[in-house]
Amino acid sequence: MPAPASALGFDGLTMEFPGVRALDGVSFGVCSGSVHALMGENGAGKSTLLKILSGAYRATAGALRLGGGAKVFASTAEALAAGVAVIYQELHLVPEMTVAENLLLGRYPRRGLLLDRAALRAEATRLLQLVGEDISPDTRLGRLPLAQRQMVEIAKALGRGAKIVAFDEPTSSLSAKETQRLFGIIRDLRDRGHAILYVTHRMDEVYEICDAATVLRDGRHVVTHGSLAGVTRDALVKSMVGRELTNIFNYRPRTHAPDGLAVRGLAGPGLRAPVSFDVARGEILGFFGLVGAGRSELMRLLCGAVAPAAGEVRVHGAVVTGGSPRAAIRDGLVFCPEDRKKEGIIGIRSVAENINLSARRSRLRAGFFLDHGWEKSNAAAQITRLGVRCASADTLIGLLSGGNQQKAILARWLSEKVRVVVLDEPTRGIDIGAKSEIYALIHDLAAAGTSVVIVSSELPEVLGIADRVIVMREGLVAAEFPRAAASPEAVLHAALPAGAAA
Amino acid sequence: MSKPLASPSTFARVWESAGMLLVLALLFLGCSLFVENFLTVTNLRGLALAVATIGMVACTMMFCLAAGDFDLSVGSVVAFAGVLGASVMNATGSVLAGALAALASGAVVGLVNGLFVARLGINALITTLASMQIVRGLGFIVSDGRAVGIRTDAFFAFGNSALLGIPTPVWLTAGCFLLFGGLLNLTVFGRNALAIGGNKEAAHLAGVPVTRIKVVIFTLQGLVAAFAGLVLAARMTSGQPNTSQGLELEVISACVLGGVSLSGGVARIGAVIAGVLIMGLVQNAMNLLNIPPFYQYVARGCILLGAVMLDRLKQRA
Repeated sequence: MPAPASALGFDGLTMEFPGVRALDGVSFGVCSGSVHALMGENGAGKSTLLKILSGAYRATAGALRLGGGAKVFASTAEALAAGVAVIYQELHLVPEMTVAENLLLGRYPRRGLLLDRAALRAEATRLLQLVGEDISPDTRLGRLPLAQRQMVEIAKALGRGAKIVAFDEPTSSLSAKETQRLFGIIRDLRDRGHAILYVTHRMDEVYEICDAATVLRDGRHVVTHGSLAGVTRDALVKSMVGRELTNIFNYRPRTHAPDGLAVRGLAGPGLRAPVSFDVARGEILGFFGLVGAGRSELMRLLCGAVAPAAGEVRVHGAVVTGGSPRAAIRDGLVFCPEDRKKEGIIGIRSVAENINLSARRSRLRAGFFLDHGWEKSNAAAQITRLGVRCASADTLIGLLSGGNQQKAILARWLSEKVRVVVLDEPTRGIDIGAKSEIYALIHDLAAAGTSVVIVSSELPEVLGIADRVIVMREGLVAAEFPRAAASPEAVLHAALPAGAAA
Repeated sequence: MSKPLASPSTFARVWESAGMLLVLALLFLGCSLFVENFLTVTNLRGLALAVATIGMVACTMMFCLAAGDFDLSVGSVVAFAGVLGASVMNATGSVLAGALAALASGAVVGLVNGLFVARLGINALITTLASMQIVRGLGFIVSDGRAVGIRTDAFFAFGNSALLGIPTPVWLTAGCFLLFGGLLNLTVFGRNALAIGGNKEAAHLAGVPVTRIKVVIFTLQGLVAAFAGLVLAARMTSGQPNTSQGLELEVISACVLGGVSLSGGVARIGAVIAGVLIMGLVQNAMNLLNIPPFYQYVARGCILLGAVMLDRLKQRA
C-alpha cells in the first residue's frame, strides 16, 4: 500500500488491450526524494505503466495519485503540465535541431512575433547547467553522443518543471563511465526532492542507485520493498520470475561433426580484413566484441543481407550462392537480426503469418496455392513447441512482449530445415525467464546437429552458452578461445582496443 | 498462470470483417427506398458499368497499397491504352494487334514504374507522378489530342455486349475481383505483398524477394489499367486521350474506403469491392437526385473523410 508521503501513487491501474491484460489492478507509491526501481520480466507491464504515467495510454481502470488528487492523463501534454516526465530509451528529440531548440521545443521564448534567440540561449544554458553539461546550446543535437543527448532530454524535462521523472532502462546503451555520470545526475535530482521511477533489468543498478523497488509480474503487482536493505538479489529475481532460476544457460557438452558452416575470406563493409572461420555441426560459436567491432556487419554479410565484396560461405560443403537472404535460407542458413522490431517481425500481421512467412513456399498445393491446413497446424505446433504466449495464432505479433516476439521469429526458422542458425543478440531486451527458454532451445538445436552462431554483447551470455568464442575488435577477428580457456578477463581484454585500460 | 487473454471486442471483429459490407447494404437499402428509379434493372446495370473501370484498376491498386506503394499513373495508362489500341486497330485492321499493343504498353509503363520504385528505390509518389504526366502526354501525342474512333465493329460490339443480361465489362470486372482476390488470399505472392507492406526489411531478411514482387505488382498494375482502358474504349467506341483524369484518386479512395491501409500490410478484397460499390452507388444516387456535379466532388471528398474517421473509431473501439 502506498505510504502517505508518496509523491506519486498508482491506484488499481488496469490496462486492457485486445487479447491482453497488460496491467491488472497495480497499486504502489513512489516517495519524493527517493529512487524507486520498477522491475519485472518483459511483458510484466512496466512499459505500459510508464505509458499511462506519461499520458500516452489511458488506463482502462484505476488512476494515478498526484499531489493528493486522483488523476487520469488524457494526453502527454497533461502529464507534462502535472510535472511528470518520462525519459524513454528512444529519446524524443529532433537530431536536426540545435540543443537549445530541443530543450525548449514547444515553448520558445518570443519577442512579439519573432523568436527571441537570446532568451532561448540563456534558458538553454541554464538548463544544461542543471545537469552539469558543458555543451554549446547551438550544437546540432545529432552531433552529440547518445549519453549527452540523454542529458539534454533530462534537462528538457527539468525545464518543464518535472517533479516526477521516470527512466526507462536509461543505461542500456551507455558505457560504464557515462552510466556513472547519469547516476550522479539522478542522485542530484533525488537530493533536490524529485521522485524518480527507475525501470531496469540490471540488478547491479538497482542496488547501486535505488532506494526502493517494486516488482511486477504478468501485469500484477508482486511486491514493493520500501527499503532494499536486507533484500537479496535472489529474492528479487525470484519475485520477478516466480520460480528459482538455477543455471539459466543450461550448458551441456555435445558431440560435434565436421562440415557444418565454413566461411572463407568473407569481406565487405564494416570489416577491415577478410574473415574465415568454421562451425561444426552441433557446435555453438559465440561472437563477442564491443559495439562497433564489426560483429553485426559480419553476420549480415554471412546471411546475404548485405552482398559481400569477396569470400565464400559453405553450408554442409555446398557453396551458398546468390548473396541474398533468400538464397541463404534455401541452403539452410537462417538469420535472426539484432533489431527485432525493425528487421524481424512484421508487427501488423498475425503471429501465424510471421511464423509461416518463409517455410510456406515449400508447402504449396499445385506449386502455387497456400496450404491453409498446413499454415494453421504449423503455427499451432510451433507456438506450443516454443511456448509463445499469445491469445491466439491470429493475434498481431506487434502486441506481444519482446521475448514472445523473439520466440515467434525462432519459430519461423524452426519451420524450415535449418542447418545453420545465426542469432544476433537473440536475448536483447528479453526477460530472464524467456532468456533461459531461448538458451534451452539453442542447445536443443545444436544437439540436433545444427551449427549455431550467436552474437552477444553480454559477456556472461557468450561464455555461458558457446562451445567456442571468437572475439572481434575494430572490424577484425582479434582472438579465439575454446570454452575451457574463455575466462571473462581474457575475452574482455581481447575485445578492448589496444591502449585502452581494461 | 497467465490466463487466456480476452478476445478483441466483438464490435471490432465484426467491423473488421464486414463493416464496409454493412455500410454498403444500408446505403443500398436507403437508396432503394428513397431514391426514385434507383431500384430498376436499367439503373443498376448503369451503376455496375460505371464502376467497371475503377473496379478493375482497384484490384491491382490493392496490391500496390498492400505492399506499401501506390500508383498515380493508372488514369493516364487507361487513356493511353485506349488511344493506342484504337490507333493500332485502325492501322492494322486487327483487334488482336491493337489489344496486344495496348496491353504491352501498359505492362511496360508498369514495369518501368516498378524498376524505378523497387530497384532504384525512388519514392513511388515521385515516380508515378512523373509517369502519369509522361503517359498522359504520350496519349495526346499518339492521338494528336483528338478522340480516335474505332472502325472495327467487332471490337465495340464486344464492349457493348452482354451475357445473361449483364454487360461484358461488368463480367470482366467481376473476373478481376475473383482473380486478384484469389491471388491475395490463396497464394504466397499475396501474403508476401502484405508482408512487404508490413515491414519491408523484415520481409527481405525472411527470404521474401522484395524487389521482384514489387516489380511484378507494378507491372500487373500497368497491365490491368491498360486492360481497363481497352474495355473502356470498346464501350465508348473510341480511344479518348482525355479520359479518366483523376481516376487514380478515385481508385485509391475506393481502396481506402475498403479499409486498405495506406502504409501497407492490410488489404481485403471483399472490403475493396464494397469500397468500389459504395463510391459508385453514391455517385449514381447523386445523379438520380440531380445533384449538380460540382457538389458531387464535395460529397465524394466527405465520404472519404468519413470512412477514414470510421476506421479510426474502429481502432479505438
